[in-house]
Amino acid sequence: MDIFLQQIINGLVVGSIYALIALGYTMVYGIMQLINFAHGEIVMIGAMVTITCINLLIGAGINLPGPLLLLAGLLMAIPVSMLLGFAIERIAYRPLRRAPRLAPLITAIGVSIVLQQAAMLIWGRNYRPFPAILPTEVHDFFGAAITDLQVAIVVLALLLMGGLFFLIERTKLGRAMRATSQNPEVAGLMGVNINTIISMTFMIGSALGAMAGVMVAANYDQAHAYMGSLIGLKAFTAAVLGGIGNLAGAVVGGILLGLIESMCAGYLSSSYKDVFAFVVLIGVLVFRPSGLLGERVADRA
Amino acid sequence: MAIDFLKTPRQRLAVYIALAVVLAVLPWALGGLFENGKSWLRAVDFALLYIMLALGLNIVVGYTGLLDLGYIAFYAVGAYTYALLNSPHLQAMLPVWMMHPPFVVMIILAAFMAGLFGVLLGTPTLKLRGDYLAIVTLGFGEIIRICLNNLDHPINITNGPQGLNGISKVHLFGLDFGKPIQWLGLTFDVAHSYYYLILAFCALIIFVTLRLQQSRIGRAWVAIREDEIAANAMGINTRNIKLLAFAMGASFGGVSGALFASFQGFVSPESFVLMESVMVLCMVVLGGMGNIPGVILGAILVSITPELLRDAINPLQSAVFGRRVFDPENLRMLIFGLAMITIMLLRPEGLWPSRRRKLEIHEHEEEATA
Amino acid sequence: MNAPQQLLAIEGIHKRFGGLHALNDVTLSINKGEIYGLIGPNGAGKTTLFNVLTGLYLPDEGKFNFDGKNLFRQKPYVVVESGIARTFQNIRLFHNMTALENVMVGQHVRTKAGVIGAVFRNPSAKAEEATIKARAEELLDYVGIGKRKNELARNLSYGDQRRLEIARALATKPILLALDEPAAGMNPNETAALKTLMEKIRSDGVTILLIEHDVKLMMGLCDRIAVLDYGKKIAEGVPEQVKNDPRVIEAYLGVAPE
Ligand SMILES: Nc1ncnc2c1ncn2[C@@H]1O[C@H](COP(=O)(O)OP(=O)(O)O)[C@@H](O)[C@H]1O
Ligand SMILES: [Mg+2]
Repeated sequence: MDIFLQQIINGLVVGSIYALIALGYTMVYGIMQLINFAHGEIVMIGAMVTITCINLLIGAGINLPGPLLLLAGLLMAIPVSMLLGFAIERIAYRPLRRAPRLAPLITAIGVSIVLQQAAMLIWGRNYRPFPAILPTEVHDFFGAAITDLQVAIVVLALLLMGGLFFLIERTKLGRAMRATSQNPEVAGLMGVNINTIISMTFMIGSALGAMAGVMVAANYDQAHAYMGSLIGLKAFTAAVLGGIGNLAGAVVGGILLGLIESMCAGYLSSSYKDVFAFVVLIGVLVFRPSGLLGERVADRA
Repeated sequence: MAIDFLKTPRQRLAVYIALAVVLAVLPWALGGLFENGKSWLRAVDFALLYIMLALGLNIVVGYTGLLDLGYIAFYAVGAYTYALLNSPHLQAMLPVWMMHPPFVVMIILAAFMAGLFGVLLGTPTLKLRGDYLAIVTLGFGEIIRICLNNLDHPINITNGPQGLNGISKVHLFGLDFGKPIQWLGLTFDVAHSYYYLILAFCALIIFVTLRLQQSRIGRAWVAIREDEIAANAMGINTRNIKLLAFAMGASFGGVSGALFASFQGFVSPESFVLMESVMVLCMVVLGGMGNIPGVILGAILVSITPELLRDAINPLQSAVFGRRVFDPENLRMLIFGLAMITIMLLRPEGLWPSRRRKLEIHEHEEEATA
Repeated sequence: MNAPQQLLAIEGIHKRFGGLHALNDVTLSINKGEIYGLIGPNGAGKTTLFNVLTGLYLPDEGKFNFDGKNLFRQKPYVVVESGIARTFQNIRLFHNMTALENVMVGQHVRTKAGVIGAVFRNPSAKAEEATIKARAEELLDYVGIGKRKNELARNLSYGDQRRLEIARALATKPILLALDEPAAGMNPNETAALKTLMEKIRSDGVTILLIEHDVKLMMGLCDRIAVLDYGKKIAEGVPEQVKNDPRVIEAYLGVAPE
């Protein structure tokens, strides 16, 4: 088996998931300069709701093909996540928009704890296996193993990213979002309803997060109430690596982080792969303090 | 706030004496009031350790304005420094003179090691701002924890996830803190004598923080927080002053860590997870950044509330539902999270902010409503 | 009168921001004890010259010779130590510190108590702290805001904030004080008082480098004036000379005089 190619494939799969989640962090950050600590939990809830929904359908004896079951699960999970994202912003962040910078960070941490504990109360402490509804056939790809699922994850992630870029660059909503992130006050004066834009940003980010959550669960065959913190942390790292606030940066950072991790796991040591990822991050930031694609912010003295 | 009412030195002295008396008899009071007074005393001991951590982080975040999300790493460095030199684990490897150093040497060494790691973290991150710094410090904390977790091979240094056991207790003034101590006909068991020991260090750290705050160095820290460019232009060597903040903050964490290791008797990487860093940050911000009494209050609340809830949750559940419906452990953390959110929403400046900070925020509100 | 003695020599300074040539071969020389004016339209590069001189930005080429020392591409604290202090066009005070504390911070570079001194308050550290405080009060009186010493900087009036910035700069014991539009936003009374203050500072032996738009103020105050336009020095000389220079008139009015 070709280790190099195999690790590239694994890295791309994980990396595109990171990228999807990183987009959620970076969109919120771009508009409000807030680390949405609870985003990882949205990802987890997306995965949990989907699994529950699929199990319910199967339990009810509805025998649909795997991908359709998955779609049904997603159709349930996406609105739930969007609603949650919307509610979190309204309740925990909006009242603090003029507060000291760290106050919303603390409420974000609080929300993250609440969601995690609530998930444990609902779904218990144990791992939830991902229902075996997807084909598990392994294809040979120039000596490396690849599954349909892996291909589907990468393709879907790319489609979603393409959709998001289209939305941001080409639609009226996207223009309003860009204007708001440049300068909320001016955008407000130009007739953009900033509150609506922020809500939309949270909902779009949450929808992407929910789908990423399902991808994580399908890829690792399981989900867990605690899964949000680690995956959220990774994705946030990716967003910073690429230059936080920058959409393309989130994608580049995510994929790069996925590749770095899988290369390190393949060639060096899997226990130190996170160490390696953080060392790369620190190294990049030492030379480019605002990330790979971040704007260089020169201080106006 | 309360302190402002105490205008005369005599009033102040009276309050300090009262506080000292309360703190001195607290362990007896806990023992008398609660059936499980012992476990409460342990909780109080840990709260004191958290106060030291929060005060250390306050130097970095509260005074200097550098967001550090990996602060617990310094606690880990202090704890492992103590543990490695005071447990059987490395006995075979290290020369005899290095093992079981005197307590004072040990504390200084822990503070120094942690300070060194503070500088190590500070150096590459000096140019980073705000949230970039936050993620790098977070990464640093994780690097330390993962290394502790994995340095059991190829050479077994940290004993990996199992951690280090059999850490000896403090020996000081000929007293062995590991055994009940008899004094004036009173018996002080381990948690009890450690209470006074940790309290003494806590007082020391409060004193040092207070002195630093009112000094040239403290002013330079705050100046950097307020406007780094102006601080530069005023001739402050921001590089060194920031490194000093990292080192000082870290050394407090190191002292606390050493005491933690000796009190608990074992250490493992599990005690130094990201959530711990986050909790210490919450103490600082919830209490009132930059204000010593506020930070202390924050540390006490954040560390004691979950313990209070632990005792209260089941009676509460049976009162509301008539039986146990939810897992008490999850419910208690859920309520804790809700409390955090509520407090921040109601008091974004923290529970007990410094006077100037409160002023600043309320002005902001006036501007907003005007 | 003695021959003028050179204090600061700025030679062939260049600074580029990407494609923008913000300072293009700027050469000036400032003498001890004078008030040297720097004028020019908005965006001419005046503030940028201050920023490269004080080490906040790195200049691309050129030389700074100050009082026999080479300050080209030096760290800001080295510049302040050598005796150059500045204020900012858009006031940059430590807003949540009191006026007094702001000026105390200004003395950082001239004092040396460290952690040990702070914690143990040994006699020398104690004495130093007392001096810092006394001098800060003196300086606040000097610029005329002694009564406001315990107010937060952010709560001071605009004019008082400008004065506080000057006091904070003076606290570094400068030989050269660089003021970036200190009269901006002031009413005529405040401007007149500011002029008196600058004259007082100069008579106390501090050389002043002054950026200002108020032509009347500059003409009455400065010994010599240089004019920047699009990053280039287009004129230099005594006020009368500069005022009548056709290039200066063109730069300001955008047309060549008939
Ligand atoms: N940090 C910076 N990055 C990019 N361009 C800058 C920066 N600072 C100043 N400039 C540009 O340099 C030119 C000179 O600006 P400045 O020195 O502030 O002018 P003045 O003070 O004479 O009004 C302007 O075109 C300005 O936009
Ligand atoms: Mg200017």
